[in-house]
Amino acid sequence: MKLIIEQLLNGLTIGSFYSLIAMGYSMVYGVMKLINFAHGDFFTFGSYMGYTLLVMGITFITSTLGVWGGMIAAMLIAAISSGVLGLTVERIAYRPIYPAGRLPAVVSALGASIFIQNAIMIIWGPRPHAYTSDVIPGFILNIAGFRINILQIIILLLSFLLMGILYYIVQKTTFGAAIRASALDRETAALMGININLIIFFIFALGPALGGVAGVMVGMYYRKISFIMGWNFGLKAFTATILGGIGNIPGAMVGGLILGVLEMLGSTYLSTAYKDVFVFLVLILVLLFRPTGILGEKIAEKV
Amino acid sequence: MKLKNENSQVNRLSRKNNWFVILLILLFLLFPLVIKNDYFIDVAFFFGIYTLLGLSLNIVLGEVGLFDLGHMGFAAIGAYTTAILNTRFGIPVLILLPISAIAAAIFAYLVCSPIIHLKGDYLCIVTIGMGEIIRLTLLNNPFGLTGGPNGVFGICFPTVGSLMTIDNCPKFYYYIWIVVGLTVFALIRLQNSRIGRAWNYIREDVIAAEALGVDVRYYKLLAFVLGAALAGVAGNIYATKLMIVSPESFSFMESCLLFCIVLIGGMGSIPGVLIGAAAISLFPELFQTFAQYRMLFFGAVMIIMMMFRPGGVWPRQRGRILLKPVLMRAEKSEI
Repeated sequence: MKLIIEQLLNGLTIGSFYSLIAMGYSMVYGVMKLINFAHGDFFTFGSYMGYTLLVMGITFITSTLGVWGGMIAAMLIAAISSGVLGLTVERIAYRPIYPAGRLPAVVSALGASIFIQNAIMIIWGPRPHAYTSDVIPGFILNIAGFRINILQIIILLLSFLLMGILYYIVQKTTFGAAIRASALDRETAALMGININLIIFFIFALGPALGGVAGVMVGMYYRKISFIMGWNFGLKAFTATILGGIGNIPGAMVGGLILGVLEMLGSTYLSTAYKDVFVFLVLILVLLFRPTGILGEKIAEKV
Repeated sequence: MKLKNENSQVNRLSRKNNWFVILLILLFLLFPLVIKNDYFIDVAFFFGIYTLLGLSLNIVLGEVGLFDLGHMGFAAIGAYTTAILNTRFGIPVLILLPISAIAAAIFAYLVCSPIIHLKGDYLCIVTIGMGEIIRLTLLNNPFGLTGGPNGVFGICFPTVGSLMTIDNCPKFYYYIWIVVGLTVFALIRLQNSRIGRAWNYIREDVIAAEALGVDVRYYKLLAFVLGAALAGVAGNIYATKLMIVSPESFSFMESCLLFCIVLIGGMGSIPGVLIGAAAISLFPELFQTFAQYRMLFFGAVMIIMMMFRPGGVWPRQRGRILLKPVLMRAEKSEI
């Protein structure tokens, strides 16, 4: 019982990383119909920027901000830098290629991914970096026999807060309605007076920003970051997007959490080595029986 | 009179092509004789491997338009079939060539039958999942067969009875390019056949194809099975060249590169695959001097290419030779 609860908590934590990254995939896919392969690298970039801030400003952080303040500062820097990178990539690598169709954009996205990944490798070096323990906040609490790291709880709460904010924006506000309308049909939405460029600006700033925050969280949680981790997390997050229903933002949140929990449960009860196999098998089974994902709506086929 | 004119136009086009092909074949034959450097011959060998893999994905992605981002999985099946059967049972690898093709094909049939109805991005993610499942399973050493992360090593060189052993770089070079040549020949024949036309019809408009009685499911599966078989052949040759197979050679990244080979060259275009494979395999080697910057350039070049030639470097020109005279005739009759 104790094991189950601990593993569920771990699963939710990992799942919240996936969710934060997956929302970026989902927003971009919804509006642009583009699988943004570079998204995982925005996440890596955020993680490295947060790391750099924490290493460079270590004296300032420990003296003035405190470790928690340092964490928030790192997340802000990561969010801003990833957001700027996202907008830059959109402007340079995607915007000129949209008119040519979807497949060239996929190649361009892969190119952007390779470019960013190698740029990170050149700037920070090929070896993995570690978030040192003096910048990582948190302490172990003993509650009713459970050893719980406060950092994990804060990460969970923070990512739920971010997801809640995004959910509110997308589902409850007029601007959110505009995003959903452009996801349904971009041309018609534009004809109805929705400023598509503003929407594209928003999704390419906010999606990577959330990814960047997730990057700092991953750095704090696992303590080790490497320049290739974007591929792995990106692939999982993309899987989560599909699992929840592609283009559907609440779906991406749910998909990410389910994926994280599945992964943890799989590694506890089946086999650690086969946990990813298990995750992908579940994905394939879900798609076989519910091809639009868990929360995806059935869309009538256009002839 | 008119007919003659049409024929001469067709002939002129094909004659130009013939010269080009002859030039290419000459270049291919002379390359190892002129350049004695084993390193360059090896680069040309891997160019051949990527071409073969690109051709195999081109069937699925280029001809039928099915998004397959797990194609390296099929090559892995072929390579591991070869590696395991050769190291355990000592079966000559040349005999294993068709066997690994068949193994990959059967695997593709079994795996793709249930998922073939999925469309576009859903098929894409399922094939990613499939490729990853294959790689992770190989990594985990099931039944002690695949050797885990180290892979299987000690695969023999291909031997033709006691006549010849393919054991050095030039021989491997000729081996792979002869296979590529035969494949290209077969694929051109296939493109102009009933099957090829059915494939292209499905790519252009599935619903119309179905309405006209094309068995969409059958032809899609056929593309997957043929593509997988070819990838299995490539896997076999790859395994015998390196004498070792390991899961890292069949990662998601490699599948993405194959995807790029087809799209850089131009979907469904065989010369395009050659260009795409050249770009993917030669580019990092040519820019060795830049060492760590080369992949950076590579990414940038991919983006720039798509800006200026989104349809690929050498897009397939459908029906140009046959259609032009007909159009000319129509214009004339209007006057």
